[in-house]
This record gives sequence, structure tokens and C-alpha cells, in this order.
Amino acid sequence: MRLNHFLTRHFVLAIALLALPFIIDALFGHGWVRITDFALLYIMLALGLNIVVGYAGLLDLGYIAFFAVGAYTYALVSSPQFGLHWPMWITLPLGALIACGFGVLLGAPTLKLRGDYLAIVTLGFGEIIRIFLNNLNAPVNITNGPQGISAIDPLQIGSFSFGNSYQWMGMRVDDVHLHYYLFLGFTLLVIFISRRLEDSRIGRAWVAIREDEVAASAMGINTRNIKLLAFAMGATFGGISGGLFAGFQGFVSPESFSLMESIMVLCMVVLGGMGNVGGVVLGGVILVALPELFRNAAGPVQQALLGKVVVDPESLRMLMFGLALILVMLWRPAGLWPSTQRRREFAADDSVLQQEQETVYDASK
Amino acid sequence: MVENTLLEVENLKVSYGGIQALKGISLSIAAGELVTLIGSNGAGKTTALKALAGLLHPTSGHVHYQQKSLLQFPAHQRVVNGIALVPEGRGIFARLTVEENLLMGAYIRHDKTEIAADLARQYELFPRLAERRAQLAGTLSGGEQQMVAMARALMCRPTLLMLDEPSMGLAPLMVEKVFESIRNIAAQGVTILLVEQNAKLALEAAQRGYVLESGAITLSGAASELLGSDAVQRAYLGT
Repeated sequence: MRLNHFLTRHFVLAIALLALPFIIDALFGHGWVRITDFALLYIMLALGLNIVVGYAGLLDLGYIAFFAVGAYTYALVSSPQFGLHWPMWITLPLGALIACGFGVLLGAPTLKLRGDYLAIVTLGFGEIIRIFLNNLNAPVNITNGPQGISAIDPLQIGSFSFGNSYQWMGMRVDDVHLHYYLFLGFTLLVIFISRRLEDSRIGRAWVAIREDEVAASAMGINTRNIKLLAFAMGATFGGISGGLFAGFQGFVSPESFSLMESIMVLCMVVLGGMGNVGGVVLGGVILVALPELFRNAAGPVQQALLGKVVVDPESLRMLMFGLALILVMLWRPAGLWPSTQRRREFAADDSVLQQEQETVYDASK
Repeated sequence: MVENTLLEVENLKVSYGGIQALKGISLSIAAGELVTLIGSNGAGKTTALKALAGLLHPTSGHVHYQQKSLLQFPAHQRVVNGIALVPEGRGIFARLTVEENLLMGAYIRHDKTEIAADLARQYELFPRLAERRAQLAGTLSGGEQQMVAMARALMCRPTLLMLDEPSMGLAPLMVEKVFESIRNIAAQGVTILLVEQNAKLALEAAQRGYVLESGAITLSGAASELLGSDAVQRAYLGT
């Protein structure tokens, strides 16, 4: 009975996910399918950062650097830049591996840092990577500097390119649809790995380190390796997402990897619910969709109400974004969909207070 | 010299930057003994325990544990070798439940059925914790948190249990209960190194004691002798 229920639910979910790009296309148009694709890339990024911030409790403000490393790895070996055109089943794992290496590179010197200090160092790391990408065009031109790398090969398997349109059984399937399915597959894989990690020995070790590092090592946890593993795993997800981004976009430049992007991804994690996979996915969807919605709505609404556009929609967008963040932090400090642990921690409600009173007063029993 | 030595510390020195916190201490503990290290605030008691647990790196000295040199092992491998530390201020995982805390103590073990049996044993030893197993450890009283910390340390089946000021910040009644638990644990055959400021209680529970003063051991001997000695009486017992 339970198994049946489980299967039905997942079957319905699977059908919904498969039909989603066509539903969006029919209702809102092509552009929104593209936005959905980006949402999936951001969800992957947010889930990677969730490992570092949500599970292990290490505040990383330079996370976008791993996205950049993945994207540039793909761009350098699959574009006219060096005349290399490696297939994606080599470039994607390569990007993930190099990003993983950078994760360890960032993790190793920061092992003893916590909180604010770690945040500052990681922020610096993110900026260093971006500035390197910006300036590695002289004396030897590697990254093509601020112009970025263009004409990047599309994602393709054999002769099947995700960048083309196909006709199947009288139905037109475009590049945005195809990328959706590819990204969805990767996202589901990342979700699956995240869930498995959460329930594993490694997951418990991360929680212990997050709670109290000295006690964690007194439990026999190798805190050094476990922290490095968190950085490495998070960076790997970031690298994969970056590779997919480069192939999808066909163009990368250092601009795409600014501090603002790191903060955006962090917001997805915090807003959705640190440490909870579902919450992080929700955070990713909301933070990609809402600004776009707003961008489209702000102009017409002003036009209708005031007869002219008073405030530029672009600047209003950031204003609303900030307001939304403040409201969520006030009313749902643990995030929109928190993990059970976070919920408990923020639930300073009567039941916990009562528990505390009881224990204080009857301690002598 | 004690027979059947479990832990042998020779001339252990620890410095924080330029300040020498331990100026070369030596002590030994036999298997099954309850030994206490007493001393006032800042004498170096916690430093000594942290160095033994591998959380601090001594500048010089030797530590032999079960005939092996201990200093070569990092902290997490010392736990595997049976050395458990209940850190100062308890160091419980406040946002996990009591049971999750205890299970974290068994992190290095893989024998699920044995872990479950040990969990039941801890609840037997600390019935209060059985009542509070689903409660967040951070919401327990200080004494109960101390019990969580001790039970959690026992979950790794230690040979040597090191307790850092278990009586700190507890109500007098709770201190009694904690010391009763310490005696129970010792009765099960676990070797205990107990660091305390409460000299009287510690010496009453222990078989032997060491007195630590500004980084050096000034007195040592049978606990009953130390309890009666003028120096200890004057310095710690206030008579």
C-alpha cells in the first residue's frame, strides 16, 4: 500500500517534470523556458553551496568561483580559443575535477578559520579567481580577458546536439527544451547525492563540526579531512553547473562571476532553508523566477496606474528583492522550508520554554 | 612506579605563543585507576588534558599509552585507541537531541547492534537521560548536560576517560550526582583521569592525585594522603 502510494506520487511528479517545459512554453512563451533552465543551474549551485554552508556550517562567500572554474574549463577546451573541441563527457568531468581541486585549494589554508574570518577569506578567493580570469590575456592570452570566450561548442553527445531544434512526431523540440531535460537530469543527480550525504556518516560528521568542532574531534572525527571534503563536494557541484552553463550560453566572461552572484546563491540557500534539500530547491526557484516576473510586471503596472514609467524596473527589482529578504528573515528566520534541526533551533516557542523551565527546576530530583 | 601502567607522561611541556603553560609535567596512570589532577584556575589542568587528547601540540616531552608513543597520533586517532575526552564546559551538541548526541559518541564504531546495546547501557547508568532522549541537549540543565557529555564519551568504549572539570557550574546536589556517576563508571573498569578544581570531592573519589601549580606538579601521592596534607588543606580546602 505504502509502496504503491510512493510510486504513484513519484510517477505523477515525473510526468509533471517532463511536461513542464512545454506547459511553460505554451503559457508564458519561450523566454520562460530559458529562465527555467537557468533556475536548474542555480539550483545545482545552491545545492553545492548548501553542503558547505548548510551541512558543515562553513560560510563561503566566494562560491561562484567554482562555477567560474567549471565554465572556463569547458570554454577553454571546447571553443576556437585554443582550437580544441573536446566532447562534453570529457569536459564536464574535467571541469568538476578542476573545481574540486580548487575547493581543496581554498579549504586547506582556511581550516582553522571560522565565521567572519572564513567569510572574508572566501570572499577574497572568489574575487581573485574573477580578477585572474579578467587579466589572463597577457602576456599569454589564455582567457581572452574581459572580452570573454565566445563561440563555445554546444553541449552534445555524439552527433546529437542540445543546441539544435528537432522535429519528433510532429512536435517541435527546441534547444531550451532539450537543455531543460539535460539540466533536470543533473539536478536530480545532485539532489540524490545530497540526500544520501545527509543521512550518511559523513553527513553526521558535518553536523558535529557545525555544532562544536572541539567536541567533534573528541568524537574521533577527522575534522580536517571532513571539512576539506565539504569544500571539495560543494566545489564539484559548482564545477558541473559551470560547465553546463558555458555550453548552454555559448559565451563566458568574467562579468558573470561577480560577488553579487555568490551572494545570490547564498541567499537561495538561506532563504529556502539551510541544510534542507527541498528548501534550497525552493529558494533557487523563487530567487530566479521572482526577479524575472518583477522585471516583466513593473513597467506595465506603473504604466497602468500612473500613466508613465516613473521608476526604472531594473532598480525597483533590487529594491523589492532586498525587501523580500528582510521580510523572510523577520518572519521565517530559519528559511521558508527549514530542515527539522533548524526548525527546532529557531522554535523558541512555549513548548521549548516549558521544557527548559521544567528541567531547571527539577534538576535536583 | 605503578604496575600495569596505561598512561605515562614524561616531562610534557606546552606553550601558547611565548607563554609556557605546562613547564614539564610527569605523571602515570595504571589500568583501572581513578587518578585526579587538581589545581587552581590557570594552573594548566585543561592544557594538560587537551595535550593528551591531541587538541594541542606539546613543545616537548613524551607520552606513552599502552606502550605506544601517543604524540604521533592526531586527535581523532587517539579516540580510536580508546582515549575519550569530556571537554571543559561539556561541549555537547546543543542543537541535537540527547540520543543524537550519544550516537555521535559512537562515530568511530560500526557495530550497529553493539551500539544499540551500549545506548541502552548509558540510559541505565543515567536514567535522567532516558527520560529526555528526544529533547534538545541544549535545553537540559547543566548537570544533565554533563551526564550527556559523559555518556557520549562512554559510547566509544574508552579505555581511558578524561574528564575536564565535570563539577563546573553545577548546583551542589548535581555535583554529588555527577561524582556518583564517575564512581560508577570507574567501578566498571574504565580508567579515569579526573581534572578538578573541587579538590576535596575529587580526592575523595580518586585513588591517587597530582597537584598542579602554575604549570608544574608540586605534590603527588595517594588521594587520602593528599587530602590530609597541610599544603593541600591550606591551598585548596581553606582550613
